Formats: sequence, C-alpha cells, structure tokens
Amino acid sequence: MTQQIDKDKKPFCLWTGFKILSVPLAAAATLALHLLLSRGNAAPETNLYSNCLIGALGLGLAGLLAQFLFPAFKVWLAHMGPIFAGALVLLGFWELATSGLHLLPMPYFPDPPKVLGSLVHDRKELLESTYNSLLLLLGGYSLGVVIALITGVCIGWFSTARYWGMPLLKIIGPIPATAWIPLAMVLSPSARFSAIGLIALAVWFPVTMLTASGISNTRSSSLDVARTLGADSSYLIFRVAIPAAMPNIFIGLFMGLGASFLTLVVAESVGVKSGLGWYVSWAQGWAEYGKVYAALILMAAFFSTLMTALFKIRDRVLVWQKGIIKW
Amino acid sequence: MVTTDSFSPNEGAPLRIAGVCKDFPAPDNSATSVLALDGVSLSLEPGELVSLVGPSGCGKSTLLRLVAGLDAASAGELTVGSEPITGPSAERGLVFQDPNLFPWLSVRHNIQAGLVARKLLHNKRHEVDEFMRLVGLETFANAFPHHLSGGMAQRVALARALINHPKVLLLDEPLGALDAFTRMRMQDEVLRLWQARRTTMLLVTHDIDEAIYMSDRIVIMTPRPGRIERNIEITLDRPRDRNSSDFLRLRGDILEHLHLAGASEPRAKPEPALLKSD
Repeated sequence: MTQQIDKDKKPFCLWTGFKILSVPLAAAATLALHLLLSRGNAAPETNLYSNCLIGALGLGLAGLLAQFLFPAFKVWLAHMGPIFAGALVLLGFWELATSGLHLLPMPYFPDPPKVLGSLVHDRKELLESTYNSLLLLLGGYSLGVVIALITGVCIGWFSTARYWGMPLLKIIGPIPATAWIPLAMVLSPSARFSAIGLIALAVWFPVTMLTASGISNTRSSSLDVARTLGADSSYLIFRVAIPAAMPNIFIGLFMGLGASFLTLVVAESVGVKSGLGWYVSWAQGWAEYGKVYAALILMAAFFSTLMTALFKIRDRVLVWQKGIIKW
Repeated sequence: MVTTDSFSPNEGAPLRIAGVCKDFPAPDNSATSVLALDGVSLSLEPGELVSLVGPSGCGKSTLLRLVAGLDAASAGELTVGSEPITGPSAERGLVFQDPNLFPWLSVRHNIQAGLVARKLLHNKRHEVDEFMRLVGLETFANAFPHHLSGGMAQRVALARALINHPKVLLLDEPLGALDAFTRMRMQDEVLRLWQARRTTMLLVTHDIDEAIYMSDRIVIMTPRPGRIERNIEITLDRPRDRNSSDFLRLRGDILEHLHLAGASEPRAKPEPALLKSD
C-alpha cells in the first residue's frame, strides 16, 4: 500500500506516463490506419467512424490535460487508460483484418465503419428491440425469481416440501428451458407469453436449488439463539434463515440471469417477432451482417449492464460480508 | 444513565431441576441409547449464580440446553418460578462460547433482535441504547460482527440476551474462547451485570478459577452418565482475590474432587508447591 503511494508521488514515472498517454496514442494510430485504408472511399459511414475516432482522440487529449488539474482523475486514468487503448487497438486490428488485408470472408465479417453505420442507421429498430427484450427478460426473470424464492424457502425449511419438492426439482430442473419450446408453443396462447414462461423456468431452477440449500444449511446455533430470544417461526424463516441463505441466493440469481439471457435469445429467434434475438436472426436472413454485429454489440452492453446492476444490488444486500470474503 | 425500569433489581426467578434424565440415540446404532444425564436435581435461588464444572462429556451443556428449552428431557421436571419449561423462551437467555451473533446484522440490530422477535421494539427502543452503553459498545453500533474482537462480540451476545430481561441467564462457557486478560475483565463485567440485575445465572465453565471467582455455588458433575457429584458453597467475600489463601485452598479442594470424579484433565491434580507458596 505504501509502495503504491510512493509510486504515485514520484514527479515523473515513465510507466504511468505511458499509461496516461496510451488512449490518445491508440486513437491516433487507429485513426491513421483507418484513413489509410479508406482512401477514396466516400461512404457516409466511413466519415462517421473517423469522426468517432477523432472524438476518442479528442477525449484522450482532454484527459491528458485534465489529469494535470485533478490528481484523483490521474490515478483513474492511469488505471483505466490501457483498457480503453486496448479497445481502440482492437478496432484497428479488426479493420486491418477485414477491409485492410481481406483476411476474413465477406459479407460475414464487415469492417468497423460498416457495423457502426448499421448501429446508427438502424437505431430505431435496435432500440425498440432492446426495449422489447428488456420487457420480456424482466418479466420472465422477476416471475421466475418470485416463484423460485417461494419454492426454495419451502423446500429448504419444511421437510414435507423437501420430500415432495426435491425429486421434482432434481428431475425437471436440469432440463434446459429451451428444450420446452415445442411444448410451450402448443400450450401458450401467445409467443410472448411462452417466452416469459420459459425464461421464468430457466431462472427458477438455479434460484430454487441455491435458495433451498442456503436455507437448509442455516447454522442450527443461529436458530437456537433466535429461539432463546423469543423468536417465532416467521422470525426464524424471514430474519434468520433467509438472511443466512442470502449469499447462496445471490449465486442462484447470477446463474439464473445467465440462463435467462440464453433462453431470451433462443425464444426470440424461434417464436417472438421482436427483440434483439429476433433482430439478429432477421438481419442474418437478409445477409446484413453489419446489423448482426450491431445487435450483438448492443446485446453485450445490455446484458452486462444487467449483470452490473445485479452486482450492485448484491453489494448492498451483502454489505455485511465485506471483509469476510474476497469481494 | 441507569433508569429504574430497565434495571430493576431482583429480576431472577428460582430454577428447579428435579430428577432430570436425558438419553440420546447412540451414534452408531439408533436402536440403543446413551444416557447423558441421570437423575440430575438442582435448585437455584432467585438471583443465585451457580457454576457447573466437570470433565468433558458430563452433560453440562446438555443440561443447559434442557433448561433453555432447546431439547426436551427424557424424564424429570424443570421449572422456572412456578412454570414448567416446555420450550425456548425469552425469559431464559442463553450465551454460548461462540458469540453466535447474526453476521448480517450490525451490533445495534443484533442487540435489539430479541425486541424485534417479541415485537416490542417500538415501545422499548430506548433500551437498545442503554444496553449498548451497559456493555460499552455505543461507538460500535453500526459495525458488523466480523469487525469485532472476541471480547466485544461476547459483550454484544450478553447484551442481546439481557435486553429480554431474562429471569434465568444460561452461560455455556461464554468466556472460554477469550484470552486470559480479556477473560478476567469479562468476568468482572458479567459480575457487574449480575449484581445490578440479580438475574439467576447458571454458568458452565472449564475454568476452576473462574467458577470460584464468580459463583455462589459450584456444582461438580461426573460423566457417563452425567450426575451431580457435589455442591460446594463459595462464601468468600466479593470482590474476590484470586491469590488469597482461601481461594487457593478451595481451588485445591475442587481439583481434588474433579480428580476423584475421574477428570482426565492434565492439571486435575493440585500442585502442592503452588498451594504452599503463600
């Protein structure tokens, strides 16, 4: 720790300087490469892409100036700079491999300007698809979590529920939710409805399993203490067993979120006529691979935002674990 | 700072244990059973502090769990005041060697757990602060248990048990995991709480000095099956001097009894040199 402080206090450190400089350097290099490769090409999307790179270069230079004024920003920039620079360099390699050296077959691997062009051109459809995916995902996920928490707590706490519920859980649970698609299509009145059901099913299994095991592994000494403090069974369940199971429950919630992404995309591409999963297969049908990648980029941003949100919730709920486990 | 309503003296009630037996199914063969307690009878006056000592496996902790109502006796009767013990209750507090704090609750919320459980928090919120002051943890109100030292955690556990104003406080080696210095300070702290409240206390301990230093009476138990071997009144004036000749003589007597009772502890035999040294 002290070493770290000493390192930052040095008037000039070559390595830190390089990390701070990395963003504008990478932006300049990628821009130069792009300008070199797109000579004579007047497609509007290439201008858009070079404008974005100029923007990145501008931001990098602005950061370079700002870090002289704000020491805290300097630390952040030195930490994050290489990541941003790496992303810019990756864009450069991508362009080099596609429109530069033509290493990858067209039209399956469009260059970055084309993907960016699709992203901007189709923004209305993409946003609408994202919104529809979000509705479907949140609907299915919350439904699955609510049911899973109820079944998980019952199976974990009541021995009768455990006796009947556990075999059911063990047999039905491992079937991937997407395997139910044929049945869901027959049973449900609408594709949206069946997609929500499938997502809920995908979430239900891991959350129930982890909740049940967390509840049944509550330390008996915690329950004993609560009993001698005058606790009734609702206190034992809601204020001892469930908080004790929370770390486990969150593992289930993370697993469930991953399973819900998968199920969402599959359900959208086979039944539902909207959403990002549908957009990908639709764009593929028209061989518009720029749009496919645009949707994939949006999907990555969308899913990782949801993951981050769940992490934030966990950090709040399990703040008491800070210091016990590696955070 | 000490208000009368939360520190009314003589909160203790008499505890009567009459002919209590407890058997457990044998671990290897459920058809047979192991007798853990055999006809244990013991009465505690209101406000009396009694220590249970004895070798491992003599059923001290089993007896405490029966009094707490966490387990049911196979035979015999247990009563607090005039009421038979049928299950756990807030009027019989229990503190274990492991403080067993709820790790997800802050110090304040751990201490008020009993009030929340009994739905009294709204009326008795002021007592939470009093009890935090009582055990000297008001500055740690928002800390989570794993940030506390062993002694601090055990003080939270004591406050958590005491906030229910139990008639009987059961202590199962509460200071066993603490270092020698903290342990001696905590002994005084428990005595201070006991003298302020006159709660009836039943203390299980392995530490003979602790038993002599704290109790009105020491009950020696023998193992397999657990039986009461002997009651020893401790009439030394308080506060007691751990190095007085009376203290050391008692210590020798009790170690002798434990030795006769089949204790396998290495220091069961009194060391003559130590006893003569004063």
